[in-house]
Amino acid sequence: MAAEFIPEAEPLHPRDNYLNVRYGVGSWLLTRDHKRIALLYLASITFFFFLGGLFALLIRLELLTPGGDLVQSETYNKLFTMHGVVMIFFFLIPSIPAVLGNFLIPMMIGAKDLAFPRLNLLSWYIYIVGAAFTMWAVVHGGVDTGWTFYTPLSTAAANGHVVATAVGIFITGFSSILTGLNFIVTIHTMRAPGLTWFRLPLFVWSHYATSLIMVLGTPVIAVTLLMVGVERIFHLGLFDPALGGDPVLFQHLFWFYSHPAVYIMILPAMGVISEVVTTFSRKNIFGYRFVAFASVAIAVLGFLVWGHHMFVSGQSVYAGMIFSLLSFLVAIPSAIKVFNWTATMYRGSISWRTPMLYAFGFIGLFTIGGLTGLFLATLGVDVHVHDTYFIVAHFHYIMVGGAIMGYLGGMHYWWPKISGKMYPEGWARFAALIVFIGFNLTFFPQFVLGYLGMPRRYHAYPPEFQVLNVMSTAGASVLGVGYVIPMIYFAWSMRYGKNAPANPWRSTGLEWQTTSPPPTENFPVPPVVTSEPYVYATESEVVG
Amino acid sequence: MNQTEIQARESLHPEHIVSPKSYVAVFLALLVLTATTTLVAFVDLGPWNTVVALGIAFIKATLVVLIFMHIRWSSNLTRIIIVGGLFWLAILLALTFSDFATRGWLPILRMRP
Repeated sequence: MAAEFIPEAEPLHPRDNYLNVRYGVGSWLLTRDHKRIALLYLASITFFFFLGGLFALLIRLELLTPGGDLVQSETYNKLFTMHGVVMIFFFLIPSIPAVLGNFLIPMMIGAKDLAFPRLNLLSWYIYIVGAAFTMWAVVHGGVDTGWTFYTPLSTAAANGHVVATAVGIFITGFSSILTGLNFIVTIHTMRAPGLTWFRLPLFVWSHYATSLIMVLGTPVIAVTLLMVGVERIFHLGLFDPALGGDPVLFQHLFWFYSHPAVYIMILPAMGVISEVVTTFSRKNIFGYRFVAFASVAIAVLGFLVWGHHMFVSGQSVYAGMIFSLLSFLVAIPSAIKVFNWTATMYRGSISWRTPMLYAFGFIGLFTIGGLTGLFLATLGVDVHVHDTYFIVAHFHYIMVGGAIMGYLGGMHYWWPKISGKMYPEGWARFAALIVFIGFNLTFFPQFVLGYLGMPRRYHAYPPEFQVLNVMSTAGASVLGVGYVIPMIYFAWSMRYGKNAPANPWRSTGLEWQTTSPPPTENFPVPPVVTSEPYVYATESEVVG
Repeated sequence: MNQTEIQARESLHPEHIVSPKSYVAVFLALLVLTATTTLVAFVDLGPWNTVVALGIAFIKATLVVLIFMHIRWSSNLTRIIIVGGLFWLAILLALTFSDFATRGWLPILRMRP
């Protein structure tokens, strides 16, 4: 081409990275670049996070006073249902895998992209279509079954838009399956030369384990919700005893996916924490193989414990005993991770950067969430606290204290790589502190409320529970502020933040060996891996 | 396995091409088995009704997996994934039936009318 021989002036802003290589809406909506698709997911899940948060805010406002004075019980039912549906299916499950996993896995393994880039874009579109169905249900009056869709309430009694919501979740499930499939194939087939399985970053191991759950578990929830729709519309006797079905069967099928789904949320967060703890302790991970295999063990054991959600459902006591025993087993790999992170920090050169603050928060809150999980795996204790605020507190310690802390920690850690800009460290530390305080103020009182017997899913309660509920609502306000602040400074940093160097944290990960933000092809020259993932300087070499 | 290794492997073991004759034969077998399921449904076999229906379904699924999905000519890794999927199904069935099979064991439940 003649144009090649015409000398061109150096462009003012060279189009050298994935963000500025092309402009226009079409360049985003038709992109096959895993990094851009990650940002499409980021925008979508952020919207759903704040929508789910809005429902939570209304729930907490109602519970500020003992009487049901803000909303009626029916509206309250819809609020907690939509809070659960939006937060779980449209925020937490896609959060770290679809955003950080999408962005980072190809870079961490030295690849140009995921194995199936078109499938990756398709997964985002499927997610949006599924979300549209559910949003239609929200706008047209909502659904009031609880996010658990228990039968026969959901099939025979509920008046809300059960089918539309279920269809939305059914569709979104395929997005999850495609993401998991893409990750599995990518990790198996596209690793850089020299990148053996035991040289993989632990973030990749945790996503591999997560992908197994996505692929093996999600079809079951999809089919189960389809069965709910079939029974509701065609009165085919699957779950309704009056039609010859069994309502407890629904709970088996539902929790077969929905308990492992908790590990879809927490395993990627654990991957984030492994990266952050090693980087900011300047140390190799303690017990790499144990941490790696603990991820797989959590994924596998997570499929054997679902019956602990059903101890008072009419499930056989003998099955309950088996599920109780198996549930305790999950504590072992979980504890291995917590002990290994703390052992990694031991005698490390710890720096108190924002991602590390979130990692500290994660470890503490996940430990509380995990240990209270052992209370609930114990048959006798569970009967006492079943369907009380103790449960609500427990799973929020895992899902919010664990998964969202991990997500925020990861967003801060990789923000320089994603955006090419540094976030304001002072504000970020302040926000991390606010989130930690707000979280504990919101959810710790709920442990006490539950233990004292306050049931979940009621819009009114006896006056003696008010003080603890006021504390919880106040905490929710603080937590909300803690979530809004990062939104503001991340957006601010895109325009005003300092340019990020390629490797601001002096990390050893492959993703840090390319420019920030990276070029579309990730690496100008495909990398060759010659060492373990966390080879940090020895103590004597550490600066400061 | 990296990209270079995959390319090398593909050049050594090109994807198996199934003849149209085999596809048609499997398709006809599936049709015959579907018809058999329908016909058997009109015959009362007592407790064997379910066994026969599930048995035919199992044969049909095996044909689809082995021939249509090319598992017969696939790598061991792909086969492991298929076995993994079946194992997970077995987990679902076994633990669910651990409930259904033992519900009647409690004396208090047996005393109910």
